[in-house]
Amino acid sequence: MALGPEEANRFAALLEERQEELVGAWTDRVAQSLRGRLSRTELERQTGELRKGFHAALAGGAAELGQEPADELRAQLTELSSSRARQGFSATETAVSVFALKDAVLTVLDGSDASNLRDYVAFSGFVDQAALFTFDSYVQIREGLIADQAEQLLELSTPVVKLWEGVVAVPLVGTLDSARAQVVMERLLETLVETGSPHAIIDITGVPAVDTQVAQHILKTVVAARLMGADCIISGIRPQIAQTIVALGIEFGDIATKASLADALRFVLKKTGR
Amino acid sequence: MERVPILKLGEILLVSIQIDMEDQVALQLQEDLAERIVATRCHGVLIDISALDIVDSFVGRTLATIASISRVLDAETVVVGMRPAVAITLVELGLSLPGIRTALNVELGMELLARDASFDFEDAASMAVDEAVDEP
Repeated sequence: MALGPEEANRFAALLEERQEELVGAWTDRVAQSLRGRLSRTELERQTGELRKGFHAALAGGAAELGQEPADELRAQLTELSSSRARQGFSATETAVSVFALKDAVLTVLDGSDASNLRDYVAFSGFVDQAALFTFDSYVQIREGLIADQAEQLLELSTPVVKLWEGVVAVPLVGTLDSARAQVVMERLLETLVETGSPHAIIDITGVPAVDTQVAQHILKTVVAARLMGADCIISGIRPQIAQTIVALGIEFGDIATKASLADALRFVLKKTGR
Repeated sequence: MERVPILKLGEILLVSIQIDMEDQVALQLQEDLAERIVATRCHGVLIDISALDIVDSFVGRTLATIASISRVLDAETVVVGMRPAVAITLVELGLSLPGIRTALNVELGMELLARDASFDFEDAASMAVDEAVDEP
């Protein structure tokens, strides 16, 4: 049931006249659901702002949340979900902040009048839309946060460091899946070209497990580096990893493997005669 | 048809490929290079492919053939400046270009050739010493 212009006006008036009671009841309910994780003054400010938003939307004659008079309200709701998402509140806790308006309105509404109740159903539909919108933007913001973090993680975990003149090293940390292997490979090869380093050391001390797929990725990187004219050494092979490699029958061929990064560096320096 | 220029730099022939490597161009380069090696009596060939976005299997094979031909003519071939993207593609395709020596850039390629040349020189010198010792 959509909100008619008259009903919208009546509720706008109600929101304006009984604003103090409303904001009080609303804040109470939100505070209850958040269990004291936000201060009451902060909540009161938020609900007060939202009340203004709802009032403006209804006074402007918005029957649906998507309509133009509700633009301001939508922006407020996005703002609310964004701050809640960043502060680590759950989706329910965020949506309840809007749903609580329904309860608050019910406490100030004269329930004996049947037409009032019918209006209330329409109004409650409007609030539902608002809460769903909040929920949607909450999810969007959370997804954005997760995507950002995943990207940061990918960047963080694949540094290419210069160890010596003409020697670069990639200390691999964490599980190596196809996406990361691709990033590592590209980053390493680009650094080789940029720095003109003919030697690279791939250190796998931080890789928890080496299976055939991980080995395949490392081998591909080494072969690609060779094609470009650089020599790769694999270092940091822990005892268990060495056992797994042999047990799986992985062949590193003529690629030099060293137990530690120090050994690898010594090997390279000796080879280049320094 | 476009041709790839071959420049003589001291003891080295420098080939910098700046155009799309079509099959015909690759074959022409192979022919030209063989002739130039014989004509100039150079002992090193540097092929710079840093401007190439794509190296397909045919070009890869031609490079390998060029390397073999020059070896027959007593010239060492080094392919330099392969781009990371090209290297990754070749690895994904399973082409590891066997028999081709590579270096990251022209400078390192020159060093590589110079080192080979000095080894040859040392070999020759030590052989001369051996002969001198044998003589009396």
